[in-house]
Amino acid sequence: MAEKKLMKGNEAFAVAAIAAGCRYYFGYPITPQNEVPEYMARELRAAGGHFIQAESELASISFIYGAAAAGARCMTSSSSIGIALMQEGIGSCIICELPCVIINVMRGGPGIGSIQPAQADYTMVTKGGMNGDAHNIVYAPSTIQEAVDMIYKAFDVADDYRNPVIICVDGMIGQMMEPVVVPEFKPVLEEKDIEKVKPWALCGHKNKRDRNKINSVWLDHTELEVAINERIWPKYERAMKELPEWESKNLEGAEAVFVAYGSTARIAVEAMELLEEEGIKIGLIRPKTLWPFPDAAFDEIDKETTKVVISVELSMGQMLQDIKLALEGRYPTALINRVGGMLLTPNEIVERTKAVLGGMK
Amino acid sequence: MKPVFEYTNAMRDKITHYCPGCSHGVAHRLIMEVLVERGELGKAICVSPVGCSITAHQYMNVDMIESPHGRAPAVAAGIKRVHPKGAVFTYQGDGDLASIGGNEILHSAERGENICTFFINNAIYGMTGGQMAPTTLIGMKATTCPAGRDLDNYGMPMRMCEIVQTMDLAVYVERVALNTPAHIRQAKKAINRAFEVQKQGLGYAFVELLSACPTNWGMQPAKAMEWVDKSMIPYYPLGQFRCPEEVK
Ligand SMILES: Cc1ncc(C[n+]2csc(CCOP(=O)(O)OP(=O)(O)O)c2C)c(N)n1
Ligand code: SF4
Repeated sequence: MAEKKLMKGNEAFAVAAIAAGCRYYFGYPITPQNEVPEYMARELRAAGGHFIQAESELASISFIYGAAAAGARCMTSSSSIGIALMQEGIGSCIICELPCVIINVMRGGPGIGSIQPAQADYTMVTKGGMNGDAHNIVYAPSTIQEAVDMIYKAFDVADDYRNPVIICVDGMIGQMMEPVVVPEFKPVLEEKDIEKVKPWALCGHKNKRDRNKINSVWLDHTELEVAINERIWPKYERAMKELPEWESKNLEGAEAVFVAYGSTARIAVEAMELLEEEGIKIGLIRPKTLWPFPDAAFDEIDKETTKVVISVELSMGQMLQDIKLALEGRYPTALINRVGGMLLTPNEIVERTKAVLGGMK
Repeated sequence: MKPVFEYTNAMRDKITHYCPGCSHGVAHRLIMEVLVERGELGKAICVSPVGCSITAHQYMNVDMIESPHGRAPAVAAGIKRVHPKGAVFTYQGDGDLASIGGNEILHSAERGENICTFFINNAIYGMTGGQMAPTTLIGMKATTCPAGRDLDNYGMPMRMCEIVQTMDLAVYVERVALNTPAHIRQAKKAINRAFEVQKQGLGYAFVELLSACPTNWGMQPAKAMEWVDKSMIPYYPLGQFRCPEEVK
């Protein structure tokens, strides 16, 4: 069996990308994700890759746009306000169908916000941020190992769907240390093979074919509608079938169900255990993909016993909106949250859960 | 009979959407001719800007991507890292390069990205209908400075060659014009040198091409050509700011 190593989250994310065959990383410093570019600066060149500290997040995502168009596996990382700055480029990657992986180590917002962990970019990453009809594919790991596995897979998903994939973690997972198993290093796509694997990529036509063009402007707007209807949306419909992932726990006989992702899910599980000791049975749905949201998970809720579905999140009910859509009115909902970089403690969740249940009697 | 002149087959068989007297068509053709003569057409990759020339891929027969506004140098740098032997170039207007993309152009020059930039300076925003550019001359009218650009509000027009040449790794910097046959011949040589700099891996190459936008200048094409001589060249002097020995 592969060896376990104690690693800091941010460094493990970088290793996972290199293992997945990523040899191009571009990024601009921002707390709490600086160990990602710092690790890449040390290790990526040694692995035969390219690291550039970009002059801004606008440039980071533009390097990505270029490297992805040229056919390479590439990644950038940032935090909240930096991801906000990248939105024009992310939207361009989507309409141009350029695969890339983006790590968002979330902090408090809006504005420069705080550097403490938060989950308030939920709506930005799942519903847009960029202009136009577009989606990112979004994974939300709750352990470092899960983050490593998701990043490893994200490059394949990005290539398959030709769409950006965002790994959304919070500062807590980025900064803490856990034992991880680094997956096997994949072979890297060599420059000479790009044309075969990605015939749409820009490699120069070698006087052998018509020129490739990658465009994001549509002078004939009827063509843009066709592109969205016939190229972009069918991919999203497939994504909604193939990609949703979640974990559920103790749904049978649960009085209430917590919905929580990322590091918040770990705290929610501790709260569940405390409540169980007091005889209150709580179930958990932990979305692993935020887009597509795992609607089907909510069909598994125990109809006989569940009185309420509670979103436990570090934002002002941003995920709650998706929960409501998935529930289609089947259960009442409630929100247990902190924001701005403040974390929930297990005890706080316990007390607030009791208040929610008490209010329902 | 031996042909004395042939239209370059590197231009696609398509009538351009550019206005009569616009310099974009001339610039496109010069770049394509140079690439064909250098035998580099097949390895060329262009990053087109946001501006009138965004769909230059309709006309230039090279692989091409449209960049978000101003970001072309970073996009090109990403491409060049993947295809280090490619002939990678950005083609940018003055709004794109000097205004919204000011940061990317300086940092690409600073890093000495081994790419070429062809900078179409027509002193105005063409595509959006004639608004002021960072290169609009003092006193020159634009829709957002209807009384003419004034020093108090907007300061002096930006001389990009002069700024870019302060970066040590911007090894080739030249300003040319596209308004007379003699200038056009010089421009073609400059474009050739820029690609030669890239081929030899010497650093960043920047060519500014003073261009006409008769439509938004409100002039007949012939007048616009004269105006380049009379008004633009005195403020934007032609010539080589930097040129490595290897390509002289
Ligand atoms: C982010 C963004 N802001 C504004 C625009 C609108 N826009 C399109 S073209 C253009 C100006 C282009 O002018 P210039 O670079 O001088 O090129 P020209 O059209 O003169 O060739 C602007 C501001 C845009 N497309 N994207
Ligand atoms: S508006 Fe100006 S720059 Fe644009 S095509 Fe017409 S003449 Fe050329």
